Amino acid sequence: MQNEASSHNADDGLEIAGHRLKSRLIVGTGKYRDNDTMLAAIRASGADMVTVAVRRVDLDRTKLEGILFHLSPDEFVLLPNTAGCYSADDAIRYARLGRAAGFGDFVKLEVIGDEKTLLPDVAATLEAARVLVEEGFVVMAYTNDDLITALRLEDAGCAAVMPLASPIGSGLGIVNPYFIREIKSRLEVPVIVDAGVGTASDACFAMEQGVDGLLMNTALAAADDEVAMATAMRHAVTAGRLAWAAGRMPIREIGVPSSPSRGMLD
Amino acid sequence: MTSDTIEIRLNGEQREVDAGLSITQLLARFELTPELVVVERNREIVPRAKCSDTLVEAGDTFEIVHFVGGG
Repeated sequence: MQNEASSHNADDGLEIAGHRLKSRLIVGTGKYRDNDTMLAAIRASGADMVTVAVRRVDLDRTKLEGILFHLSPDEFVLLPNTAGCYSADDAIRYARLGRAAGFGDFVKLEVIGDEKTLLPDVAATLEAARVLVEEGFVVMAYTNDDLITALRLEDAGCAAVMPLASPIGSGLGIVNPYFIREIKSRLEVPVIVDAGVGTASDACFAMEQGVDGLLMNTALAAADDEVAMATAMRHAVTAGRLAWAAGRMPIREIGVPSSPSRGMLD
Repeated sequence: MTSDTIEIRLNGEQREVDAGLSITQLLARFELTPELVVVERNREIVPRAKCSDTLVEAGDTFEIVHFVGGG
């Protein structure tokens, strides 16, 4: 399997809409047992961009517990998401609210089409993407592993296209590596695999497909030892990227010896 | 004696608040830090710079949101 490894520097990080991230791993901030664990895991992962959700303030709590009390926008680039939105209008509304917080124009666009699988509603995602791109957002669009949708999202002006490995929170890893490879080979914007990664081998395998980055949340937050898993993921992303850049050996269905055939004894 | 209050909808609940408050004052009533929240009034985002100039009116629907953990 050929790839253009020689023209890529494996260590140069991830550039999205002119913004350079040192790490190819982006992590979520949800589902952690407590904020200290969340922060320790995020730091162990080496990620410099993190996703956050937009939700109502709980007015009856005596102490305000927003995530910005625990995580500084000076340390991490914040990526507000439109999680929980099932329509383009909702996603647009949440994206605007996220931007109004004043931490930049990035948005992770997600419009869900099905409660059971949390698979994206790609028609609604495309519609929302067009509106948000027009309004100057840097749109990173969560999508499925369909090539045509990925191309349409790129045409719509998305800064990154983020095909799922498998359903959000499933831990199934990449179920369609062929489609992920095809998407990466055809798009010009960064391709970031988002959703479904479960353990380090999934992350390594994803990067070996040549994608530009990974986004994960549950894989870290639901691990028994969140910091250990975050560390594993950091290594896995580095290993997978290096392996891809190295240009792997071809796969064959016959055996080819590694030791010489000449010089065998009588 | 009638107290000067108005009814608004705030984060999905009907609430009575003092009449004549600005949005900034409304946030202060709930001990909210303006820099850490975003205010939507009747489905329109109120920029932070305009919060002290914008009055809360009877029948207004507010959503006050912030960032929480999410994937």
